Amino acid sequence: MYLFTASNIVKRYSDHLALDRVTINVPEGSIYGLLGPNGAGKTTLLRIINQISAPDEGEMFFSGREFTPKDVASIGYLPEERGLYKKMKVGEQALYLARLKGMSKSEAMNKLKYWFTKFEIQAWWDKKVEELSKGMQQKVQFVTTILHQPKLLIFDEPFSGFDPINANLLKNEILELRKKGSTIIFSTHDMGSVEELCDNITLINKSRTILEGAVHDIKMEHKSNMFEIGFKGDPAVVIEKLNGQCQVVDQYERRTNHYVKIMADKKLSGNDMLNLVLPEASITSFNEIIPTMNEIFIKVVEAQNQQLTPEL
Amino acid sequence: MNKIGLIIWREYLTRVRKKSFIIMTFLGPVLFAALIVLPGWLAQMEDSDVKEIAVVEYNSNNQPVPASLQFFRNVIPNKENIKFTYLNNARLPDVLKAFEATQYDGVLFLPQTLISAGRETSVEFYYRKPPSLGMELHISKSIEKFLFSNKLMSKNIPTDIVQSLETKVNLNRINWKNWPNKQEDTTDVKRGLGYVGGFLIYIFIFMFGAQVMRGVLEEKTSRIVEVIISSVSPFQLMMGKIIGIGLIGLTQFVAWLILTFGISTFAQQVFLPKPATAITQQVAPSDIMSTNSANEQLASPSAGKEQAAVMLDGIMKQLGQINIVLVIGAFLFYFLGGFFLYGSLFAAIGAAVDNETDTQQFMLPITIPLILGLFVMINSFINPSGKLAVWFSLIPLTSPIVMMARIPFEVPVLQILASAVLLILTFLGTTWLAAKIYRTGILMYGKKVTYRELWKWIKY
Repeated sequence: MYLFTASNIVKRYSDHLALDRVTINVPEGSIYGLLGPNGAGKTTLLRIINQISAPDEGEMFFSGREFTPKDVASIGYLPEERGLYKKMKVGEQALYLARLKGMSKSEAMNKLKYWFTKFEIQAWWDKKVEELSKGMQQKVQFVTTILHQPKLLIFDEPFSGFDPINANLLKNEILELRKKGSTIIFSTHDMGSVEELCDNITLINKSRTILEGAVHDIKMEHKSNMFEIGFKGDPAVVIEKLNGQCQVVDQYERRTNHYVKIMADKKLSGNDMLNLVLPEASITSFNEIIPTMNEIFIKVVEAQNQQLTPEL
Repeated sequence: MNKIGLIIWREYLTRVRKKSFIIMTFLGPVLFAALIVLPGWLAQMEDSDVKEIAVVEYNSNNQPVPASLQFFRNVIPNKENIKFTYLNNARLPDVLKAFEATQYDGVLFLPQTLISAGRETSVEFYYRKPPSLGMELHISKSIEKFLFSNKLMSKNIPTDIVQSLETKVNLNRINWKNWPNKQEDTTDVKRGLGYVGGFLIYIFIFMFGAQVMRGVLEEKTSRIVEVIISSVSPFQLMMGKIIGIGLIGLTQFVAWLILTFGISTFAQQVFLPKPATAITQQVAPSDIMSTNSANEQLASPSAGKEQAAVMLDGIMKQLGQINIVLVIGAFLFYFLGGFFLYGSLFAAIGAAVDNETDTQQFMLPITIPLILGLFVMINSFINPSGKLAVWFSLIPLTSPIVMMARIPFEVPVLQILASAVLLILTFLGTTWLAAKIYRTGILMYGKKVTYRELWKWIKY
């Protein structure tokens, strides 16, 4: 069941095509990563989902029905460029933003009390925003984004500008929100957080979708039967033994252990490899090397870029 | 509360609590009063130190004259701040040689040959500091008057007849529509009212228009605009801001109105004598200034206050004849209409640029019609129903200012209606236009916008 789907979204600006038939399907209760290099069209897509701008073509559905302007009340949006009214007091401002999202005053007040206590920021209530540090402002803005318990949360680069402690706090909060049933779309360059958080992703490059699906599936698709064996013993002997059956692509030493990286074809199982090494050395580790999202990202984007500019 | 209401409420509340607003609210009427009173007060201040003028008289043989034989003795009456001392048997060179050491501020030299002077003549006045225009006029008028009656008396016309010859005539302007009720005309008060009204609208549009622009720019540069327009439409945000700030303007106006009435009533009660008694005193002395009554006119210190009281009372009476409800109603309408018209343009500018310095290039087309309106307004006081005034009070870009200045002089209902309808239509148009620029502009960063770009946004 998809909470939000957008199909074949096209957005043209006077001088360029920002989105070219982009499709995303966001399963309910999932964390959905929107990836892509700078200028790929991520923010344009997020703005369309937030109904800040309208697509020129394409259809959007929310909870199975057509996406209407009223649905923005069910969305929480944290833009990449954060900002609050600098001269306004924190509490007043949070209350104002909550009410713009359609919450009643008393409801907003109760929720704010809960979150301000949880984040230990009650003391800021009567401070002006300009008196807070940038990280503090981001915390306040995060609270205002999730306060109305939207079904769909959209975070544009949520971790940028946070120190590791606060970034971790945010990460846990995002996971908690999913546990409570929220669906989350976030765009990021930080592939580490993608691996940690995302269930599904879409990779946009040059206005087009070039990769879409569950993170696990994508990784499986892009793995290339690489293994790493760690051992104590003579590396030359081990390599000689292995080279007959598969291809050793790398060899290195870390502390007292030696490692070899192997490219194997599918016929050779892990057990077979271990059997080859076992008589020659004592094995300390054995891993299948699955590509990181970072590697996949770079690989696919570069491939498409080359494809698009063959004449250069 | 619906969303646009929330936005209006925020715009209003954050501004009404600002210190600058509160200070302006209390300082405004004081500044206005100062603007009106100060020039007069300064002029008075300057003249308040009493000038003493020595008068030297020579006979037809060019010799000094003793006091008993002086012709011009007491001819020039003393005034509040000018005192004339007629020197006994004094020689002009002696007086001037010793001038440095004397207390005199000037020496007036009057030869008795003046008596037989022709159509035009002149007398010498030696000064320490150049005399004020008032003093010059006072001296020459007094001498003229004396020579005039003296010439008549020399033809054996009796003194009482000579005195009765002089009649001061004021023009009493009456609108023919008021006939047979010979209501006194109130042009000066109308002019003042129109001027204040038109000028206030001009100032308000600039002041609060700039606030709209700065508000939009603040939302844009602080990037909060993206969060807000994910909750409300850009049009709601823009209109909410314009309406909120418009209400601030109204609040300020009403506060000023109340404060001004309060202050002027208070000032009238405390500083000025009751107008009723002042009037009876004013009626008593004759308007004709007889040559002998010079010293009677020596001003008492309360004379100025009485005069002010009479003037104020007159103004109040004249105000009573003007349709104040119409004037205030028109002010509210033209202020709001003009403000919405220009406010939306200011909002569009704020949305189109990234920082305040870039606003300059787009400000000019807004500033020009406003300043033009101000010039036409001043011009229209000469002829409130002239072609220029009528046309510019119909053109919506200038009508809020010019029509406001015309309103106290009866303007045909048709003209008011036409100007009102045009203003409303135009402000709907500019709002629509501004909304298009605004919608695109608020999300556009780091781009130096040109007029051609704006045109593209409008068409888009």
